[in-house]
Amino acid sequence: MSKVIGDVILDVHNISLNFGGVKALSDISFNVREHEIRAIIGPNGAGKSSMLNCINGVYTPQQGNITFRGQTFSHMDSHQVAVMGVARTFQNLALFKGMSVLDNIMTGRNLRMKSNLLLQAIRFGPAEREEIEHRRKVEEIIDFLEIQPYRKTPVGQLPYGLQKRVDLGRALALEPQVLLLDEPMAGMNVEEKQDMCRFILDVNDEFGTTVVLIEHDMGVVMDISDRVVVLDYGKKIGDGTPDEVRKNPEVISAYLGTGH
Amino acid sequence: MNTTFPRLLLEHAARRPLATALREKEYGIWQSLTWQALAEMVKGLACGLHQAGLQRGEHVIVVGANRPRLYASMLAVQSLGAIPVPLYQDAVATEYVFPINNADVRFAVVENQEQVDKLLEIRPDCEKLAHIFFDDPRGLRNYQQVGLASLSDLQDKGQQFAKQTPTFFDKEVAINQADDVAAMFFTSGTTGNPKGVVHTHRSLLDRAKAGADFDHLSEKEEVLAYMPPAWIGQNIFSYAQWLCCGYVVNCPESVATVNIDLKEIGPTYYFAPPRVFEGMLTTVMIRMEDASAPKRGLFSYFMDIARRYGPARMDGQSIGLWGQLIYGLGNVLIYGPLRNNLGFSRVRVAYTAGEAIGPDLFNFYRAIGINLKQLYGSTETAVFVCLQPDNQARADTVGVPCAGVEIKVSAQGEVLVKSAGLLKGYYKNPEATAEVLTADGWYHTNDAGFIDSHGHLKIIDRVKDVGRIQGGASDGAMFAPKYVENKLKFFPHIKEVVAYGDGRDKVCVMLNIDFEAVGNWAERRNLGYAGYTDLAQKSEVYQLMLECVEKVNADLAADALLAGSQISRFLVLHKELDADDGELTRTNKVRRGFIADKYAVLVDALYQGLAEQFIETAVKFEDGRTGSVSAHLRLMDARTFAPVEHAA
Repeated sequence: MSKVIGDVILDVHNISLNFGGVKALSDISFNVREHEIRAIIGPNGAGKSSMLNCINGVYTPQQGNITFRGQTFSHMDSHQVAVMGVARTFQNLALFKGMSVLDNIMTGRNLRMKSNLLLQAIRFGPAEREEIEHRRKVEEIIDFLEIQPYRKTPVGQLPYGLQKRVDLGRALALEPQVLLLDEPMAGMNVEEKQDMCRFILDVNDEFGTTVVLIEHDMGVVMDISDRVVVLDYGKKIGDGTPDEVRKNPEVISAYLGTGH
Repeated sequence: MNTTFPRLLLEHAARRPLATALREKEYGIWQSLTWQALAEMVKGLACGLHQAGLQRGEHVIVVGANRPRLYASMLAVQSLGAIPVPLYQDAVATEYVFPINNADVRFAVVENQEQVDKLLEIRPDCEKLAHIFFDDPRGLRNYQQVGLASLSDLQDKGQQFAKQTPTFFDKEVAINQADDVAAMFFTSGTTGNPKGVVHTHRSLLDRAKAGADFDHLSEKEEVLAYMPPAWIGQNIFSYAQWLCCGYVVNCPESVATVNIDLKEIGPTYYFAPPRVFEGMLTTVMIRMEDASAPKRGLFSYFMDIARRYGPARMDGQSIGLWGQLIYGLGNVLIYGPLRNNLGFSRVRVAYTAGEAIGPDLFNFYRAIGINLKQLYGSTETAVFVCLQPDNQARADTVGVPCAGVEIKVSAQGEVLVKSAGLLKGYYKNPEATAEVLTADGWYHTNDAGFIDSHGHLKIIDRVKDVGRIQGGASDGAMFAPKYVENKLKFFPHIKEVVAYGDGRDKVCVMLNIDFEAVGNWAERRNLGYAGYTDLAQKSEVYQLMLECVEKVNADLAADALLAGSQISRFLVLHKELDADDGELTRTNKVRRGFIADKYAVLVDALYQGLAEQFIETAVKFEDGRTGSVSAHLRLMDARTFAPVEHAA
């Protein structure tokens, strides 16, 4: 069982991000190769989510640039990022709680819908055909994530672990090339974590999607990632394969503390 | 029936090519497969298997849930004169080693990655296993193991072969005869290795037909297949009878969606063990408790009506004008919508079998207008031995012998069966075969039972467990521990029961309360308790248990044969009987002998007539730690009743 990891698809170059006097990120560089699972880890407040937000265009870094598929940007525009094929999930979930699982995942297809609002509203001709096409894709995702029993259930009624899965489904609906996952396993029990790991590995394997994930749980990260970036207080303190990172003295001291 | 499964398939495909044979829910839509398409699929798979080297008479294991292509694979295997051996899909890998080696299996057809992983894990122990074909390719893209291939590839290759040699398939099917072996089912023995039960096309189809005739099943039935296909019950209902009658079998989307799928399909013919019916009832009751007060009131009022008139109505008795009116109203307001919600709107015949079913549970379904009945049979008898006719369903019998069955009770009280559906034998196990199948053609069921005054068979217990009371008031009376235990377990407040009485002068039982049910009961009475042990020893709880025991005694007194099994004394145990402590089997059956040894002081105290006994027990917690539970247990006498005289 081996997968082929391709060329660099996303290159983050000397990124610095300040909020007033607070330095969230300073001079961070790392790259992501096609088809790999790349983890960003670090203690609380290390700047992990800020990093993802820069890639995703939510924050604009004061310094540095990001190269995606050969195009270099000093500022990523959220909409444009999505059009380029980067999808993300959120640490605190961004779902429509009152809408069904099906409809929530359907919102992820929004960018791919071509017919205009009016045609969609009256479900006329091409709009109807298009909707069937989208529904099929959504059903494939529901099948993939094994959430068939909850298809018609309002998301707000589902347990947290399943909501996380729906959030992943919504991101997958975009058919992304790069998937950004913000703490996909936070707040889950062991079984839910195992399920989520399997889905992340399957997404990576079946669709060849590149995955960038932030995670707290070191055990999980070390098991599923190809390469790991370690942040601490906005600085990069480690980068490499899980084994390399595990042996890195700076990483050990950041996680376990140092003796004084 | 002088035919075979593949021949029946081809007949359906020729006679009704465009009628639906199988339906499977995929991507949220029920996808239909016609008889013609199914026959093509079977042909492709059969030719593929032939090319892969499958020989006549060879065994092929089939592991997976109810999936159209696995059904087609079984038919394909049978077309070539080979024998499908369905195995339980939720078994652990090591459990497959024995069947595979026992039957020299070279070919396996499995559902998905999970099953492939299990077979690859045990492959070093199963040298002959050379080919593994899988249905669902998900996650298997990068598997490079030798002999691993998808069913799609197999089918494609087979279809090409079929084009080159178009007569091959039909010739193969024509060779098969009704008396050839059709399938083998492994029964899980409680001790030792499982035994392979060998059935011919004739034996399975004979029983399938007898069952179908009994309930007038037609090709219009709809069935939902959701129990493991390795279980003979599922296999008869969704395979043998499916091909026999030509009705539609529906495969659910996944295990978790069965209830939704059931509602969408609305089967007309339904089969489930009692625990499934119990689970559905619990769900309904929990949801009713959350409903608003007027709805709850309406529900409980009309359920009382249903209990009063429903069962009699199902039995075809007159319930009077008022009864018809009020039941009719209840049907519009409650029973109809409830049946719809359970997925039973269209059900014509529903069966339960496998274990004893509680009278309250049984009557609930009959009360709301579902034709729930019981049947009796086993793997060895290809299911159908006894069935309850419409209008004659009762909770405590299993029905009358159906067509083609002869039944008698031996001097030891064992039920003996003779029919065309009996097993050919246990695979490679003549000793075991000789034990159950005697030369005069009778199959020994190991069940103790009798035919009641209405001609219905009533099963009491396993033969080896049935004992005799010795000494005391009912000296020499028959004692059936499981029968007594089941009667008590039907009360919602009682979780487990162990009954003793064989070779003793009276019957005594040890009870386990149902912590959730009794806890709830205590809370509603403002009865404080510190935990399981404390609650179990409350005098109020003892009073509650006493009521249950005495109700059972009154019931037993009316039973001519078992009046002597009435319970004289009982106690409530301080801890839950647990499989981790060896007190229950993994399938949650009480291990009477083990418990008698472990709690010898308690058993002695019961028979010595003590009022209280101290006990300390070591327990194993789920995380492997051990501890101990101790308590002063109270022992209580129960009233027994004089046997009711039968006017017969």
